[in-house]
Amino acid sequence: MATASSSVELHGLMAEFDSADTLLAAATAVGKAGYTKTDAYSPFPIHGLAEAIGFKEKIVPKIILAGGLTGLLAGAGLEYWTQVIAYPMNIAGRPFWAWGAYIPPAFETTILFGSFAAVIGMLALNGLPRPYHPVFNAPRFSMASQDKFFLVIEAADPKFSLDATRAFLAGLHPREVVDVAE
Amino acid sequence: MASTEYPAGDVRIPAPVIGPGHSFRSITDKLTALVLTKNTPLAWFITTAIGFTFIMGFMVAVTYLLFKGVGIWGTNIPVGWAFPIINFVWWIGIGHAGTLISAILLLFKQDWRTSINRFAEAMTLFAVLCAAIFPVIHTGRPWLAAYWLFPYPNAMTIWPNFRSPLIWDVFAVSTYGLVSLIFWFTGLIPDLATFRDKATHPLLKKIYGIGAMGWRGSARHWARYENAYLILAGLSTPLVLSVHTVVSFDFASAIIPGWHATIFPPYFVAGAIYAGFAMVLTLTIPLRALYNLKDFITMRHIENMAKVMLVTGLVVVYGYMSEAFFGWYSGNELERFMLKNRMYYGPYAWSYWLLLLCNFIVPQLMWSKRLRNRTGVVFLVCMFINVGMWLERFVIIVTSLHRDFLPSSWEMYYPTIWDFLTLFGTIGIFVTLIFIFVRVLPLISIFEMRTLLPEATPKHEGGSH
Repeated sequence: MATASSSVELHGLMAEFDSADTLLAAATAVGKAGYTKTDAYSPFPIHGLAEAIGFKEKIVPKIILAGGLTGLLAGAGLEYWTQVIAYPMNIAGRPFWAWGAYIPPAFETTILFGSFAAVIGMLALNGLPRPYHPVFNAPRFSMASQDKFFLVIEAADPKFSLDATRAFLAGLHPREVVDVAE
Repeated sequence: MASTEYPAGDVRIPAPVIGPGHSFRSITDKLTALVLTKNTPLAWFITTAIGFTFIMGFMVAVTYLLFKGVGIWGTNIPVGWAFPIINFVWWIGIGHAGTLISAILLLFKQDWRTSINRFAEAMTLFAVLCAAIFPVIHTGRPWLAAYWLFPYPNAMTIWPNFRSPLIWDVFAVSTYGLVSLIFWFTGLIPDLATFRDKATHPLLKKIYGIGAMGWRGSARHWARYENAYLILAGLSTPLVLSVHTVVSFDFASAIIPGWHATIFPPYFVAGAIYAGFAMVLTLTIPLRALYNLKDFITMRHIENMAKVMLVTGLVVVYGYMSEAFFGWYSGNELERFMLKNRMYYGPYAWSYWLLLLCNFIVPQLMWSKRLRNRTGVVFLVCMFINVGMWLERFVIIVTSLHRDFLPSSWEMYYPTIWDFLTLFGTIGIFVTLIFIFVRVLPLISIFEMRTLLPEATPKHEGGSH
């Protein structure tokens, strides 16, 4: 690589944009140019941006479904074991397995486990919590949570070449292009 | 949006959901400045101090309760359920508006929810917390609540009875509290990242940074985030409807006249949303003035909330009529007696008519657009509803119990000073927590407010310039 002799490892090149419009256009162009190890950063979700950088994953709903079903089985199982096996109580001659009465708690545990699966699953797939990430080394990156938009092409991308990639990013009308240290 | 349906200047055009002239930066700066400032308004200190004073009263009342037992309260046979469950149901109901605003209005794509959802979710959390106090302390022996309420393996090898609606209630309310908490926290993560990046004090940067968990706004993260958030809203919707339904089962599954009614679940859910919106408005109107948030919480929000209140209020009134009609139509002597005792010759008849004044007559003012646009009037109507919804539970619980099947067991119920100290103490806890929340966390969702600006939606998908 061109900068193998430099003292710090390079994470990638970061281009800064002023609007959601230009970021989405740039992300689409980067995807079309064949870069795969890229990421876009914005202060709010932008429709179509993840698809533009080649994100197709649909795992979150499956995790939530699995969590919900686990909750249903856990709730119903708890009820069966405590009411029928561990501590059967004859109250007014009603059956131990009065399944109609056991619907509300099992419903609530379904929602509870499903919700926790949603949040924990989403965070785990996102690799959060993560105290350190190279993009925070870019001096203006703190604006990514405020009003600026960023696009990164990682040095690990097979198509990455410092000069050519820098020139390519500069052609997408960014505010500036900076190196990001690893 | 409906603004194009009417000619320019027409009074029917709804106010915008965000004031004119805002940019991503101005939204961010204004909402972070509310917290990251050294200037706390004097009104904040005064209100928090009042709330804190009530908390002190609550501490005294609960300490005395643990020392003496439930005999210090007015609760006694035949009114064995009184202030604790009235207050519990009242608080749980208030909580419902938060989830309605954050989940149900999200699914219906109501963009006006964005300015009020964070704040309403916090209100939900604190209301559920206040509600949860009562089942724990109502026996005067809070340690009993552990094995009476929660199924955990204990040395007595006994388990709660899952055929009882009271156990359903434990599951419904604790699930509701936990799901509301994680829903609220998930919504906060991107805003905590904004605070981390805007804060100048290194300690604040660290504290908000821990909360933000390294959020960096990656497009992949946003995609998963929105996916999870939407499904969470989908899960919260049946949850919020189930909670007050289960609460109503506490009553409806008993055979007491005045409780044993099939209308209870929808009537309780509507009442919960009604009480919740009244409380959201009760808090929003002063905070909006105090923090000068008129650009973000516009008259559109106030009006829309007033309209939701009017509609749910009418559903509640339908519940009152249905209760009265079926009491009569049942032909059951005890049901008919209960009605006449409640409305007409009973010693608590005043509370029924006061309830109708608060929940039925006064809120009809909200039909008028002119009055909906006067925050003072809306605030006053909300205060009536706050009181009215408390009275509703008083009427249902106390008037149904004080004269039951046997005239020999009839007895009056009189709350004591300790009942009132506990009730007002929870109001103090609620107010104090709300004010601490608005001081340290963003009371309006900053990242969602950004999406309300037209430039947040790219006009062309990709392509070159």
